[in-house]
Amino acid sequence: MTLLADLQFIWFTIFVVLLAGYAILDGFDLGVGMLHLFSKKDEDRRIMLNSIGPVWDGNEVWLVTAGGALFAGFPEVYATLCTAFYIPIMILLTGLIFRAIAIEFRSKRPMLWWRWTWDVLFSLASLIVALGLGVALGNLIRGLPLDDHREFTGDFFLLIEPYPLLIGFFTVSAFLMHGSIYVVMKTEGALHDRMRTWVNPCILCFVILYTVSSVATLIYMPHMADALRERPVFFILAVANILCIAWIPREISKGRDGFAFLCSCLNLLLLLSLYAIGSYPNVVRAINDPANLSMTIYNSSSSLLTLKILLLIAVIGVPLVIAYTFAIYWIFHGKVKLDASSY
Amino acid sequence: MDVEILARLQFAITIMFHYIYPPLSIGLGLILVIVEGTYIWTRNPLYMQAAKFWTKIFALTFAIGVATGIVMEFEFGTNWSSYSRYVGDVFGSALAAEGVFAFFLESGFLAILLFGWNKVGPWVHFFSTLMVCLGAHFSAIWIVVANSWMQTPAGFHIVGEGMNARAEIIDFWAMVFNPSSMQRLAHVVGGAWMAGAFLVISISGWYLLKKRYLEFAKSSLKVGLTVALIALISQAITGHLSGRVVAEHQPAKLAAMEGLYHTQKGAPLTIIGYIDRENEAFHGIEIPYLLSYLVNEDFYGEIKGLDQFPKADWPNVSLVFQTYHLMLYMWVLSLLTVIAAIHSWRKGRLFENKGLLRILVLSVIFPQIANQVGWIAAETGRYPWIVQGLLRISQGLSKTVSANQVLGSLIMFSVLYFILFILFIYLLHEKIKSGPFEKEDAAPYHHLQAYVKEN
Repeated sequence: MTLLADLQFIWFTIFVVLLAGYAILDGFDLGVGMLHLFSKKDEDRRIMLNSIGPVWDGNEVWLVTAGGALFAGFPEVYATLCTAFYIPIMILLTGLIFRAIAIEFRSKRPMLWWRWTWDVLFSLASLIVALGLGVALGNLIRGLPLDDHREFTGDFFLLIEPYPLLIGFFTVSAFLMHGSIYVVMKTEGALHDRMRTWVNPCILCFVILYTVSSVATLIYMPHMADALRERPVFFILAVANILCIAWIPREISKGRDGFAFLCSCLNLLLLLSLYAIGSYPNVVRAINDPANLSMTIYNSSSSLLTLKILLLIAVIGVPLVIAYTFAIYWIFHGKVKLDASSY
Repeated sequence: MDVEILARLQFAITIMFHYIYPPLSIGLGLILVIVEGTYIWTRNPLYMQAAKFWTKIFALTFAIGVATGIVMEFEFGTNWSSYSRYVGDVFGSALAAEGVFAFFLESGFLAILLFGWNKVGPWVHFFSTLMVCLGAHFSAIWIVVANSWMQTPAGFHIVGEGMNARAEIIDFWAMVFNPSSMQRLAHVVGGAWMAGAFLVISISGWYLLKKRYLEFAKSSLKVGLTVALIALISQAITGHLSGRVVAEHQPAKLAAMEGLYHTQKGAPLTIIGYIDRENEAFHGIEIPYLLSYLVNEDFYGEIKGLDQFPKADWPNVSLVFQTYHLMLYMWVLSLLTVIAAIHSWRKGRLFENKGLLRILVLSVIFPQIANQVGWIAAETGRYPWIVQGLLRISQGLSKTVSANQVLGSLIMFSVLYFILFILFIYLLHEKIKSGPFEKEDAAPYHHLQAYVKEN
């Protein structure tokens, strides 16, 4: 392998790590958002909102940075995907904006109608964002029709075919489960006990969709399994993933919420790794001519120098980011208590 | 309407709306450091209250800045994908650096700023404030570097031909320190300090007018006026330096800014007037020879007029001229306001002078207008180029996105941002009305305090 190929591989890995970071961190706050309407009391809603209060903003930055990393490392991919997903991205952006303002504004006024309006918008926006991201992932797994200028030749309806939609719902269920465990971890008292009863339905929902999605992928997207067949060592990851999922209800039933949450984080990380391994070296698979038109990490990256610069930025920046992400989560660890500075 | 107009319109609306907020965050970031630093130094609880109050205002501007900023990042790809392919190798590294170094720093430590008053000690809190301020300034650095590269590209070469041509980086530091980046960065940061300082001046002025929280208002006003004065002076210097870079590298833009149609030795500096596009002439007041002197330090130096460039490549001269001059008028207005306020304060008359206090309340709008129109002049003055001399705006568009799609998203953003702006004003008003002191019954959710105590 040449230096360029090494760097392309490294930068693709960094991109996947950023995506996984985003899924793990923003995943739980999207999940909490979707669960928001299920608790009826205003105080409970405030506690749930404040469980993500100090961190949701920073979590969203992972998406911004993953987008930036894609733009920098694989500008061709970024350009193709952004135009192909024009309508979904616009919907996603609307969702993100509504989520941000709903979180900021809901507790600012005491009126019931005011709070209910923002609560509904908050939940709906969280659902739309999770669904949108999942549908985008589903499309990436399936692939897109491309012409020889790497321009998308399909239409919007191609993007919402059954398989991408299935992956969309699967993502929603994964974030729901992730969020429900997070809320259990961050609350206490009656609310905590009530939340606890929600976790198992969420897990069940996730496991069903996990099974259906896996079967659908094996049947309709055989190229994803090819990668595992060629490199059987990666079966370990698939097995680890299943064990990880099985571990979650066990930890929950033993009352070890923190471990359950860790398992759920690991689950998301493994799922994204399996996606990356399955589609490697393609980033955008061309369904009309996979062998010739697909955009791989080797034919659509930035130049050698840019990748070197990016690596330097990542080597300096990412440890710093991880260090203060940990520091901030440490400062805000423990059960949520409302005070004057809360939402 | 065609896709190009719609896409440009959408970018203009989304970036102009976005740009209300980042300058406020940068400027308020600096104010926060000063105020909280003063608290650490003097341990005067007044400054603690001030820091808490301005942090809340900061959080509001930051939240909307992030929400509208994500839109900008994706819009490069959705509407300008050919441009993204062309510049990705150069532009992308700046954007990635912005994400890794600036946004994480800002959003991470903001959590401590907002929710950490009771969880960390004053020094850790102050350190977080410093980091947030630093992050806000970092975010300005990388985006201005990227934009300056579009004005004065450097440190790259072109690979491929025709449809597949793209810019590839060959010298990172030459790209970062391209001919206009540092002057423009200083000018942008100065504009941001003005935006933050005048928001503080305006709110403090309002309290003084209403005779509420007088001690708080006076101490904040002092900080605001000082920062504003420093920023105003620096704007004159950095503006002049930026102007000289424009003259050297983007002569067509300078000609449009000054309404100079004919190349001329001893060109005048235009003060106020209008552009007669029919007869290609400027009518109004001008100072003879001054433009030549400012650019060349020679009263008879030659300045290129628009006649040096093909007519099809002329920017919209009226627009560039008027927006550029409006920026200058706003600077003069801001300076006069600050000088009047300082003078009147020293004479001990400021707090009784209702007229002047009303002007202070209004003054928040001056730097906002200056920032907006300054950017309009800078960006429309580059027409027809999206990357000066290399890529035309029409070549940067997404090829597969239809006019209807853009029209749909344009309407969506317009409605959304309209609502967002009303909400912002409403909440800002609420925060100002409830004031800097947290009384139990003054909290917006005071009826829930009972629950809070139970926990």
